[in-house]
Amino acid sequence: MTEGIPLYYFLVVSTLMFFIGIFGFLTRKNLITMLMSIELILNSVNINFVVFNKYLYPQNLQGHFFSLIVIAVAAAEAAVGIAIIINIYRNFRSIEVDRVDQMKN
Amino acid sequence: MFFFLALMILVFSVLTVTSRKILRAAVYLLFVLISTAGIYFLLEYTFLAAVQLTVYAGGIVVLIIFSILLTSHISERTVVAGWKQGILSALATGAGALFTLLTIYRFTFTPASAPANPSTVTDVGTALVSTTRDGFALPFEVVSVLLLAAMIGAIIVARRENDNKTENKQN
Repeated sequence: MTEGIPLYYFLVVSTLMFFIGIFGFLTRKNLITMLMSIELILNSVNINFVVFNKYLYPQNLQGHFFSLIVIAVAAAEAAVGIAIIINIYRNFRSIEVDRVDQMKN
Repeated sequence: MFFFLALMILVFSVLTVTSRKILRAAVYLLFVLISTAGIYFLLEYTFLAAVQLTVYAGGIVVLIIFSILLTSHISERTVVAGWKQGILSALATGAGALFTLLTIYRFTFTPASAPANPSTVTDVGTALVSTTRDGFALPFEVVSVLLLAAMIGAIIVARRENDNKTENKQN
């Protein structure tokens, strides 16, 4: 299904997605939107792994399994991150990074 | 089909990081993740695409939407950085993207000539739990322990802290 589409096209898409995620991480002030930017970054890395696996080493499945494990780590990271965000909201009544300036109150 | 998916990914990624309404940003993120699953289908890794759809689109985005509803009003507009920080971030990320794209462009990849390994659900499942040379049993176990630890940690972190006090009063 991917005949005629060079490897470079996938890499361009994932590179742009990665830097869009970094841009969002730098400009956003809300903790949840920063978490969403991190999900974008992880997703672009997953695309890279899968495409390298498919185009360069199709006899192995290493990239495929690495992506699976990254997805599981992303799920764990989102669960812990959101627990921390809800705890912060309970203490500060806000999840804007500018107003969260104490580790403990 | 690839160009359609790539366009969807890029447009909705930009909308995710620029939308002022936080719930809309979450829905745009959902579209990005579904398009990524479409790319996995295009590459014929169907099991990975299914995992992407269930874990990311079904799990993480729902978790994010729940936490948005718990922590902010729907109509609330998010605070974004000032234009100065925005321009600086755009310049930095643009330079980084340009550098990476140039590096990719100048590197010549040699496509593999070996025949592709079948990647049906049976093959993936067998490789995932086999302990032979091409098996992935150890990372599988490590990731399951990590998930268990993360779930326990999330429950402990998000629990109300005054539970102990009320218990002490009852005692």
